[in-house]
Parts: sequence; structure tokens; C-alpha cells
Amino acid sequence: MSSPDLLIIDKLVKRYDGLLATDDLSFSLREGELHAIIGPNGAGKTTLIKQLTGEIASDAGAIHFDGRPIRRLSEPARSHIGIARSFQITSLFPDFTVLENVMLAVQAHQGHSFRFWRATGKEERLIEPARALLDDMGMEDSADHLVAALSHGEQRQLEIAVALATKPKLLLLDEPMAGMSSEDSGHLVEILRRLKSRYSILLIEHDMDAVFSLADRITVLVYGRAIATGTPDEIRDNEEVRRAYLGEEA
Amino acid sequence: MTLLSPRVLINAALLLLLAALPFLTDMMGDSYYTGVTSRVLILAIAATSLNLLIGYGGMVSFGHAAYLGLGAYIVGIGAFHAIEDGIDWMLNGYYQLAATLILSALVALVIGAISLRTRGVYFIMITMAFAQMLYFTAVGIETYGGDDGLTIYSRSDMLGLIDLNDEKSLYYLIFFSFLAVLYLMHRLVGSRFGAVIRGSKSNEARMRAIGFSPYKYRLTAFIIAGTITGYAGFLMANLNDFVSPSMMHWTRSGDLIIMIVLGGIGNLFGPLYGTIAFMALEELLSSIPLTIGGLNVGEYWQIIFGPLLILVVLYARNGIDSFLPGTRERAK
Amino acid sequence: MDGLLLLEQVLNGFQLGLLLFLLAAGLTLVFGIMDMVNLAHGSLYMMGAYFCATFTGWTGSFLVGALLTIPAVFLLGVIVEMIALRNLYARDHLDQVLATFGLILFFNETTRLIWGPIGLSIPLPEFLSSTVEIIPGAPYPVFRLAIILMGLLVAGLLYFIVARTRLGMLIRAGASNREMIGALGINIRLLFTLVFGLGAALAGLAGLMAGPILSVEIGMGEGILILTLVVIVIGGIGSIKGAFIAAIVVGLIDTVGRSFLPEILKLVLSDDSASTAAPAISSMLIYLLMALVLAIRPQGLFPPKGVGK
Repeated sequence: MSSPDLLIIDKLVKRYDGLLATDDLSFSLREGELHAIIGPNGAGKTTLIKQLTGEIASDAGAIHFDGRPIRRLSEPARSHIGIARSFQITSLFPDFTVLENVMLAVQAHQGHSFRFWRATGKEERLIEPARALLDDMGMEDSADHLVAALSHGEQRQLEIAVALATKPKLLLLDEPMAGMSSEDSGHLVEILRRLKSRYSILLIEHDMDAVFSLADRITVLVYGRAIATGTPDEIRDNEEVRRAYLGEEA
Repeated sequence: MTLLSPRVLINAALLLLLAALPFLTDMMGDSYYTGVTSRVLILAIAATSLNLLIGYGGMVSFGHAAYLGLGAYIVGIGAFHAIEDGIDWMLNGYYQLAATLILSALVALVIGAISLRTRGVYFIMITMAFAQMLYFTAVGIETYGGDDGLTIYSRSDMLGLIDLNDEKSLYYLIFFSFLAVLYLMHRLVGSRFGAVIRGSKSNEARMRAIGFSPYKYRLTAFIIAGTITGYAGFLMANLNDFVSPSMMHWTRSGDLIIMIVLGGIGNLFGPLYGTIAFMALEELLSSIPLTIGGLNVGEYWQIIFGPLLILVVLYARNGIDSFLPGTRERAK
Repeated sequence: MDGLLLLEQVLNGFQLGLLLFLLAAGLTLVFGIMDMVNLAHGSLYMMGAYFCATFTGWTGSFLVGALLTIPAVFLLGVIVEMIALRNLYARDHLDQVLATFGLILFFNETTRLIWGPIGLSIPLPEFLSSTVEIIPGAPYPVFRLAIILMGLLVAGLLYFIVARTRLGMLIRAGASNREMIGALGINIRLLFTLVFGLGAALAGLAGLMAGPILSVEIGMGEGILILTLVVIVIGGIGSIKGAFIAAIVVGLIDTVGRSFLPEILKLVLSDDSASTAAPAISSMLIYLLMALVLAIRPQGLFPPKGVGK
């Protein structure tokens, strides 16, 4: 249970117009664990994801990933050392096919793209890994569909497939079940259960059933601060968490 | 996509017609249309390269005519010094061509490196500003005619390989150049590089998240497009025997954008159709044989063309392309 | 000689700067609030000049002509907004560039059709066409002085409207957060039309004031449109303050450059070359300034908060 820490967040700060979105936040994620972040709306969960991916700059504190400081790294550079994310609001390439979406992510991690001549549609090095991934996700039938033609549930799944195509060590999933039907979320929970043995995952999710059944550990975020970290059982029994958060939901 | 879809057939028929054009006009005994079509094809080269930026890459460059002028001025300046000062090698078409390609690439590198740091309206404006700088440079150089431009008394000397003074040879140089650019664009767009350019237009945030830094790819596309258009300028100077700053004026850049949109944006053949449509509209509207109250309607053709443009933008967003049969290429 | 000449040129620079500001103010608001590129703004400027020339001819008085012109251009702006531009707000910049480019063609040709290809002139009443000695020995045209005063007055008025009134609050809110004004239940369509009309009226005002000193001719809107675009881009799109500062700077550089560069260039070039090169170089200076500003600050000098992510 005590594998080494893959991600260490130390006193991380993000201010917006004097408002603290991330307030001296510290916690760590162990290699191989699925670590869920829960908290009421406005707790700063998506802000945290953006700070971890480098989409927005942090104002203070440190982020260590795989033993090295990464706060100063650009977003693409962080992707290359093994951090991948899915977006809370689906963010794909709508005018590309499903397969092309995944291929592009595969391509991003095969060296530079200053290759001007050969058609990507004939490059087995791109197609094969992309197809394998889609098979794995059970999406092989829609490989040639345009993203715009997919159902919401399928788009959410593709979000994750694109992230996986970058061969990450750490997956940051920002509310992967947002807006899904209960049937689709059930399906996604199964997928996540399979993924968690292969990847370290930071999961933000409002679906508490999913969180408590999947997570190894949970950190509770309120107003940009971690008020508790522990196993699902510990969190369920934590007085402060009940007061600050779960109490409101009940 | 089957090989012989109606769309492919139409495109092929058009290319065949263009290939045979000089002989057709010979038969009609009027070579006027060879010259006009040469002009159309040169502009189509420029528009096709601009389509890489606007149509596939979402970079609305509003200064593309500057490269046309750049290439044309090299031919003009070369001929000027060869004739005025007897510097014969400056008439050598290969030197002129090399200078054109290198200079337009360098200019595109500088303009792109700065402009691509900006987004949206700022990008449109800064590319226009740079083009205006070149425009005013041309206006300001008295030696090369300033505002009045420069008549080119001798076309580029291709050392016997092609005689550019022969209209037919020039036409085929232009035609095959266009074909080459079309094929190059086809390969580019489908390649890994093209995927990055299209992806960056489609969703830049996601591109960064999966590990791409679009800037250097965009800059490369910017340089490719600028260099090709510089080459088009080289051809244009040899066709017109004249170069002037007005070639680089911002409204000419606007015309190029209109051609792309008329033809259907982000579509390989779109710029060709758009250029033909643009030139045909100009020709047709300006020769409307209608006189109202003593006023010749054709003389005021832009009164019709302006609102037509608005209508195309509002209601026929995919231009001519939406009227052609068959599925649209996906990369919009 | 140079002290007085410099003073005169600086005043001329201010005068051009304030004209540019009148144009830029309307354009930057349209840009900022509606995220709309409007190349046809220069056409409204041109229409201001033509209307004023016509009304002055009819009434025999420049002042009455001017007073009639402003509501006329306002109305024209409103009509153009309702017919054409309204449908473009939701489109991308490329569409807006093209459609408003089409509007320019339309306006230019319609003007040629109505008023003919030869330009017009606007005669000034006597009290405006004289000169006044602001400093003894330095006579300065009263009309140019009037433009400066009018420009400052409008700038003050605009500042008051934007900073102190409810309309101004909505405009500022709109420039930084479009959804918010929608959420407030404001009739956005009406607000946009109103703002566009206001911008058109300011462009018309600039046109009618430029008419007597430049010349009233087709295409007069395009040169100044480009300068105006440069101004708002340097200033930061959506910012009135930025537009003001950038307009003055651009006006000064252009005017002072044009009058002093020939002298400077004559030191290194022949007289002929110098007089050809000087206006071109001073025009280039402006674009150079813009490129520099954008290279350092891609959002212009004073980008409104929340705009241009």
C-alpha cells in the first residue's frame, strides 16, 4: 500500500483577482493509486487540474512529478513526461474522426511532426496503436465516425481514450462522468476500474457512488484547501468532512 | 471516397480544360483568354497557399498580397538593373527565382514569428500592418518608380530552358506550377504536419494538452505559404511586365481572402474555383450591357459585388464547394 | 524657424490624433463589446463628409450642415447594423472581415454613383477659415483648433458616458463579460444597435470635420480606417483610454514624421528621393510601432480585463 509518491503537491497557490482558488494546498498521490478529489462547487478542483497540467501558471508552491520539479514546465512538456488529462467540458477535434482524434494524440508522442509528405491515413505506426486503444475502450465500431456524430457518452469515453493515447503515467480526469446517463456512467466505472490497475489516476468526480467504490484514497477540497485525506472509510467517518461537505449533500 | 466520384470528375475535367486552353483559344483565334487564365492560375497559386493558413490552419493572414509584390519586385528590380546598369546576371531567372524564394521565406519568417504570438483580430491586424509596411516601402523607393511602379522591359531569362516571352510557354509554366502547388498542398494537408496544422485550428487547447506546441508548426506553414506566394509574384511580374505597389495593397490581400471563401474554405480545389469565380464575376458584372437613366450599370459593378459578397458570407458559407456534388472534404 | 514649425506640427499631430480617436472610439467599442471586426467604419466616415458637403450646399451653412450630418450618419449606422452587421456577430472574424469588405465596395460605388467620381469640397464659414495667433508670430487655422477642441470635448463626454452612466456601465460590462449583460436581462440587441449608431455618429463627426481640410473623395475612408485599426490594436481592443493614447501617439508620429523626415533624409539622400521616401517612412513608423507593441504585448497596451483569452 505504501508505494512511492508519484505526484507531490506542496503549498500550491493560485490567486484570481486576490481570491485564493488554490490556498496552500499540499497532498501527494502514490504510484498506482486512484486518488479522488472531492469538494463542493467552487472548491478549486478544476483550477488544480489546470495547475497540474500547466494550462495556468501557479503563483507559489511546488509540484513534483516522478521525482522532479515541474512547476516551470510548459503544458506540452508536461504531457511529454507523462501527465495526461481529460476535460470537464468535452474538448476534442470535432471535425476529425474518432480514429483521427486518437491518432493525433499518438502522433504527439512519436517525435516531431515535421513530416510533410506521407499520408497519416497510411501510417501503421499511428493507426495501429490508435485502433488498439479504441478496441480496448470498446469503441472500434465508431472509429470512422466524426466526433460531432457521437453520443455524449461516447464523446466522454473518447476524451479518456485521447488522454490514454499519450501513454501517460498519471491520468488527470476532470469529472469524466459529467452529464452522463446512469447507464453510461456504469459503463465508464467499469472502464476506470480496469484502467486503475495500469495507471495512476487523479479523479475529480461528483458522483459519490463512483468515487467511493473506485478510489484508494480521497482528498477533500474546500475553498482551495485540503481539509482531509484518507481512505474512503476514513473520509466517510471524518467529522470535519461531514460538517463541511457531506453534510450539505445529505 | 471512390476514385471516380462526380466531384473528382468535375475537378479533372476542369484541369483538362485548363491544360488544353492555349490550343482552344488558338482555334478560336483569340489568345486573350490565355492571358486572362494565366492570371487566374497565378492568383490561384497564391490563394491555394493562403488556404493552407486560413482554411486548414485558421490563421487569417490579411497581408498575403505582400509576398506577391515581393516576388514581382525582384523580377522588376533585376530587369531594371540589367537594362539600366548593364548588370546582365540580374536578368538570370534562376537567380531571380532563388532570391524570390529566399527573400519571401525570410520575410514570412519575421512576420510570422511576431504575428503568431497574437490571436484573433490582433493577428489579422498585425499581418495587415506588416504588409502595409512593405507596401509603403515600395511606395517610398523612388529609384524603382515609387507609387507609379516599374515597367519590366525584359522578362526573366531562363537560359533557353523556357522562353517566357512566348505566351504559351509561360502559360504552361504557370499551369504546371499550379498543379505542383496543388499536389504539394494535397500531400501537406494529409501528412503529420498537416494533421498538426488542422488540429491546431480545430482545438488548440487540446493540442497543447496532448503535447503539441503549435507555434513552430504554424510558423512553418506561414513560411511555406509566403514562399509559394512569392513564387506566384515572380510569375505575375513576367506575365504583366509591370509591378507596382498597388499589387501589395491591403485590398489585394482582401481579394485573395475573398477568392478562398468564394471557392469554399479548407478545400483543396476551393481556391481555384474561387479565383475563377472572382475573376468571372468581375468580368461579367463589369460588362453588364444595361443602361439605366444614362448610367452604365457595368461601370458600377461593385455595387452588386459588395452585397453579393455579404450574401455569400451569410448564406453560402461553403462557397461554390457547397454546390458541387459529392461529400465535402472533412477538413473544414 | 524650427521651434514654431515644430509647435505647428505638434498641433497638427494632435488634430489628426483626435480625429483618429473619434473613429477609434466607436470602432473599439464595436470590437470590444460585440467582438466584431468592422472594416466599413471608414465608409461611415466618408459618408459623414459627403453628407456634410451636401447639407452645407443645400443650407448654405456649414454649421447647419454639420448638425444635420450627425443624426443622418447615426441613422445610417443603425440601418447598416440592422440589415447586415447584426447577422455577423455570431460569425468568426473571417466572415466579418469579408462581409464588411463587401460593404466598403458597396459604399464606395454607391457614392460614386450619387456624387460622381470627382471629389467635393466643403466651404467653411469665414469665422472658421481665418487664423489665430496662439503664440505671437505663429498663426494657426481656427478650424484646426476647433477640431482639437471638439475632439477633446467628445473625449471628455465619452469618458463621462463610459465611466459614469448606466449605458457606460453596460458597455464596460459588455466588453469584459458578454454573458453577464445577457443575464442582467438587458436588451442586448438594442444596446448593440445603439452603440453601433453612436460609433457611426462619431465616425461621421470625424468625416465632416476632416472634409474641409482634406478632400471629400471616394476611398477617403480606407486610408484612415487602416490607421484607426492600428490605433485600436495598439491601444488594446475595447479600451477607450487605450484608443485615446494610441490615437494621439499615432497622430503625432505621422504628422511630425511627415514634416521633419524630408529634412533629415536630405542629409543622406537626394532631394527627390527624400521627398518620396519621407511620407512612406513615416507611414511605416506607425506600423513599426504597432508591430513592436504587439511583439511585446500581444493584447495591446490597455486590454480590458477578461477580454481576449
